[in-house]
Amino acid sequence: MTRTAFTVNGDRHVIEVEPRCTLADALREQCDKPGTNVGCEHGVCGTCTVLLDGEPVRSCLLLAVQVEGKSIRTVEGLASHGKLHELQRAFIEHHALQCGYCTPGFLMLGAWCVENRPDITDDELRDLVASNLCRCTGYQNIINAIRAVLGTPQ
Amino acid sequence: MKAAAFEYHAPRTLTEATELLARYRDTDVRVLAGGQSLLPAMAFRLATPAHLVDINEIRELSTLTVERTHLVVRACVRHSAFERPCETGPLGRLLARVVREIAHYPIRTRGTVCGSLANADPSSEWCLVTVTLGAELTAIGNRGRRAIQGSDWFKGLMTTALEPDELLLEVRLPRLPEGTLFGFQEFARRAGDFAVAMALVTFRIESGAIVDAHVGVGGVEAVPRRLELVEKALNGRRPSANVYSAAADSATSALDPLTDAQYDAGYRRDLARTMIRRALQEASPAT
Amino acid sequence: MTVIGKRLQRLEDGPLVVGQGQYVANLSFAGELHMRVVRSAHAHGELRRVDASAALAMQGVAAVWTSTDIQDVPPIEFRPTRVQGLEPYRQPVLASKHVRYVGEPVAVVFAESSRSAEDAAELVAMEVSPLPPSLDAETSEVEPAVIRKEYGDLEHAFECAHSVVSLELCIGRQSGVPLESRGGLARLNPDSGIVELYGAAKRPHANRDMIARMLNLDPARVQLFEGHVGGGFGVRGELYPEDVLTCLGAIRLGRPIKWIEDRRENLLACNQSRDQRHRVTAAVDKNGFILGLQDEFFHDQGAYVRTHGARVADMTAAMLPGMYRIPAYRAIGHYRLTNKTPAATYRAPGRFEATFVMERTMDAIAKRLKIDPTEVRRRNLIPKEEMPFARPIQVLETDLVLDSGDYAALLEKARHTFGWDSVRRDVEMRRASGECIGMGLALFVEKSGLGPTDLASAQLLEDGTVEVVTGASSLGQGVETVIAQICADAIGVDYKRVRVVHGRTDRIRKGFGSHASRTTVMTGNASHHAAIRLRARILEVVEGKYDLPTEILEIRDGEIVRTDVNVTVTTLTEVAKISRLNAEGEFNSAQMTYPYGAHLALVSVDRETGAVNVLRYFVAYDIGRAINPMLVEGQILGGVAQGIGGALYEEFIYDEAGQPLSVTLADYLMPTAREIPPIQVLISEDSPSPLNPLGIKGAGEAGINAVGAAIASAIDDALGGEVFITRLPVTPVQLKKELDCSRTGSPQANSLAQ
Repeated sequence: MTRTAFTVNGDRHVIEVEPRCTLADALREQCDKPGTNVGCEHGVCGTCTVLLDGEPVRSCLLLAVQVEGKSIRTVEGLASHGKLHELQRAFIEHHALQCGYCTPGFLMLGAWCVENRPDITDDELRDLVASNLCRCTGYQNIINAIRAVLGTPQ
Repeated sequence: MKAAAFEYHAPRTLTEATELLARYRDTDVRVLAGGQSLLPAMAFRLATPAHLVDINEIRELSTLTVERTHLVVRACVRHSAFERPCETGPLGRLLARVVREIAHYPIRTRGTVCGSLANADPSSEWCLVTVTLGAELTAIGNRGRRAIQGSDWFKGLMTTALEPDELLLEVRLPRLPEGTLFGFQEFARRAGDFAVAMALVTFRIESGAIVDAHVGVGGVEAVPRRLELVEKALNGRRPSANVYSAAADSATSALDPLTDAQYDAGYRRDLARTMIRRALQEASPAT
Repeated sequence: MTVIGKRLQRLEDGPLVVGQGQYVANLSFAGELHMRVVRSAHAHGELRRVDASAALAMQGVAAVWTSTDIQDVPPIEFRPTRVQGLEPYRQPVLASKHVRYVGEPVAVVFAESSRSAEDAAELVAMEVSPLPPSLDAETSEVEPAVIRKEYGDLEHAFECAHSVVSLELCIGRQSGVPLESRGGLARLNPDSGIVELYGAAKRPHANRDMIARMLNLDPARVQLFEGHVGGGFGVRGELYPEDVLTCLGAIRLGRPIKWIEDRRENLLACNQSRDQRHRVTAAVDKNGFILGLQDEFFHDQGAYVRTHGARVADMTAAMLPGMYRIPAYRAIGHYRLTNKTPAATYRAPGRFEATFVMERTMDAIAKRLKIDPTEVRRRNLIPKEEMPFARPIQVLETDLVLDSGDYAALLEKARHTFGWDSVRRDVEMRRASGECIGMGLALFVEKSGLGPTDLASAQLLEDGTVEVVTGASSLGQGVETVIAQICADAIGVDYKRVRVVHGRTDRIRKGFGSHASRTTVMTGNASHHAAIRLRARILEVVEGKYDLPTEILEIRDGEIVRTDVNVTVTTLTEVAKISRLNAEGEFNSAQMTYPYGAHLALVSVDRETGAVNVLRYFVAYDIGRAINPMLVEGQILGGVAQGIGGALYEEFIYDEAGQPLSVTLADYLMPTAREIPPIQVLISEDSPSPLNPLGIKGAGEAGINAVGAAIASAIDDALGGEVFITRLPVTPVQLKKELDCSRTGSPQANSLAQ
């Protein structure tokens, strides 16, 4: 077992894990952050997307021991003081989720986009949303929800 | 799909890393950089290393340096470092163009250039770039460094010149002269999927004629390579749709494509020809 | 102001957007063991020996079972059916003497952690003497049943025919592949002694009953609990060996058992579907009117009969005629076993296949007789005046009576709303400038509202809210919202003050789950009935207390109002203090309802690579009455996306040894946002169902049903008749080969040239 320490949504976590434990599993099993769902464990579906030092990553393709000292953000960190993040509100308003399983991953992608690429074009936004799989919605409402938060492209 | 257990090492210096590789060279020891290919393989237990040497904490491996004649990309530089041109010349724009086709952004934030080169998947865009542009790779181990030409790096399907106790330190990509035109075309089933066939072309136009053509094809054979036959069919000729077609056609006899359950050799051959032709058009549109 | 028909935000979404979804992987009980299934690596063979000694010696392993440890557990049953011959082919919970597909459960490991369970499973050794695998339904010698449906004088039809059109058509193996893989958490409740299974879905009551029977327990001692479910599409929630093993583990080992399937297992062992080959022949008159239609097909059921019996083949045979008259018909479905993953229902089961066959036939007729494809369909449509239209066959052992429909009007509405004529002109212009682009139309009839019955109860809670308990299941489709809207409307409260309970066998004695697009119709009407009766009881109480006749009382937004003077008399909260009110409602239906629609696809084809790009997509759908149009659209959009997957990308491929090759999400390709075009949806309410008071029909399968057919048609149009698509999915390799064949004039299997 190896000890590793990192912050999740601003809180420091110190955990003991087997080196083979992925970040996804560590978040779910040890950091009490079950919101990040696991869809494939081989890095294709993007369901497990979280932000690592501000950048989107697939948490099933990272070992927990690799994020020593780093800062992770998960879906649990989006709402603040009981108020939903505007993306979460937009997802509800635009019916951008059905079963909800892929939703945390898309929300984190969306959060990254809103914070780092507010001027993203429609084409680039579709590319970004194409990073993750959804089996329920057909994607259009997810794109609409993120676009609603971003505003219309210049 | 949990990986099998292994011993994990996170060296802080290059020397530590190479010592670890030397110490464990007779076991199944792997280098962990981006992990975007290795970790899935481990999840399927297709790879079951006994030791994992994580090089992400080695500061000197994260540098991307623009030298006068070369771009020097060290082992931990991520694909995403190239999404905005990393230098002002044609190479920067070429890499930005190519990198966009690699998987998806969240993979590109972790996956590394050198990791792709060491993995040597035939569908890897970086492998094609390395071979087409004539890059130089440097392997490092306990016994020191070795320089290996891009064309000598790929030995066979997913096999490189790297020794078990070495890691790929850096790749030096030659910067392209101003005025170099380039085109890149890849065929994949969906956005971000593995390339079934891809072509990268670069050339300049001097006095209205094509010079110094580089034409590389990847995804089609076990290893990416330059096609001299196609380059010969371009050099000295004025760009035109006919010249492009004829040059692309000459590729078909030169290729020995892979065959698998989904794609037969004939299809890949045709695809390669189409990708070459379209890459040429992208470099310099001609009627 | 009614809330029926309003685009209201879903009640489900709150927990899901903040990462508080109660998916089964998020549940745990102290002291739980993790279960891992050891699966066959052979497609077919004699299972000689299973050696678990190395696994048992591993630290943290509590037990390893093989079939000898569960000899008293019978094979998995299928739904009651009149079809004979299926019994011998039921799936055992663990393979005993033979293994029959790669992925078949052979042994099961119980260990302290999921990682150690997987490590231990690797150490379980199997000795298998391989046998040749059977991989094609047509050549398989195992045929548990033949589904036969016929009516009319087919021989006469063929005698009178002006032309005869024959096609051989195939659909590849596909499945739902929800993003949440299967799983279950079972425990023996220490206080009640009840076996509880968490992570249920789709048919909790039926599964509860089956588990109880298989484990020889009183059904009252087994309860199933549904939390949040990450998609179903028909494949999750049918009883699997793993569900039984999880419960048995909890009982015998005295500890909670948690089983979470991984993606590779899901692609190997979760129900698959669609794998059919059809030989269809149509006898037509000179106007393209079909005088008679015959279809013989081979349905690849995989290695075992699963919980649906032969239903998919049944629905294929029954629904093939679609919205066309077809005066004489014969369908013969060969239900055969092979050494592939067992098959069952996947969204629009039997109908995705049947619509492909019927609509390809229509296109072939149009091509042969040189009649416009839309016109030839019009000539065959059942007119509105003949509704309800009884087709003299059965579907799912109910009489097939198309309850209502104005097919011709829907077609016209679609053309007009979507501007087909101008899309066609645009296509022609773009073609003239060299683009390889085409349009394809497909019409379909869906089935929904599978009965026979449903039960719901509604109670007024202390705080004036209403709790509606149903036997429905939520797979993510929005059942809580839709039922709340129906009940809110019936009672007179804000829909946010209606809480819908589902997926709990302990809360309602009878339940039939959610599948076959039944919930809005069956559960919706049962809930409506319960709500109406609860409203009546509420008003009776108010009448008694305030001495006001119920005729002048109304409930508006939770307040009881005197309509003669427009004054609030009291509130629901007050009424709840007087009396604990509840009411049950039931809805029975011997027949299904039949919504219908049209799909139009616009595609471009890259002739050199064979790649097909869907540029635009249109769906017109008559649902009778839409409770929440936003949710209906959501179902259609999601369905179209899966349909595009089925038309162009998805297939489970096996090699000659029966080894599955599509075992990662990089092999089984599902569409990303890049592969889905802008989709326009038109919801029509011209043909409410006369079979239920709300007039509603289902929505879940409308989006996927006709996508294969529409895209095939569009590809043909783009290629100017050079090819005729006969197989799904249309892959670039396949299309390129057909284009090359057509260029070199090689013969084709289908007799279109006659």
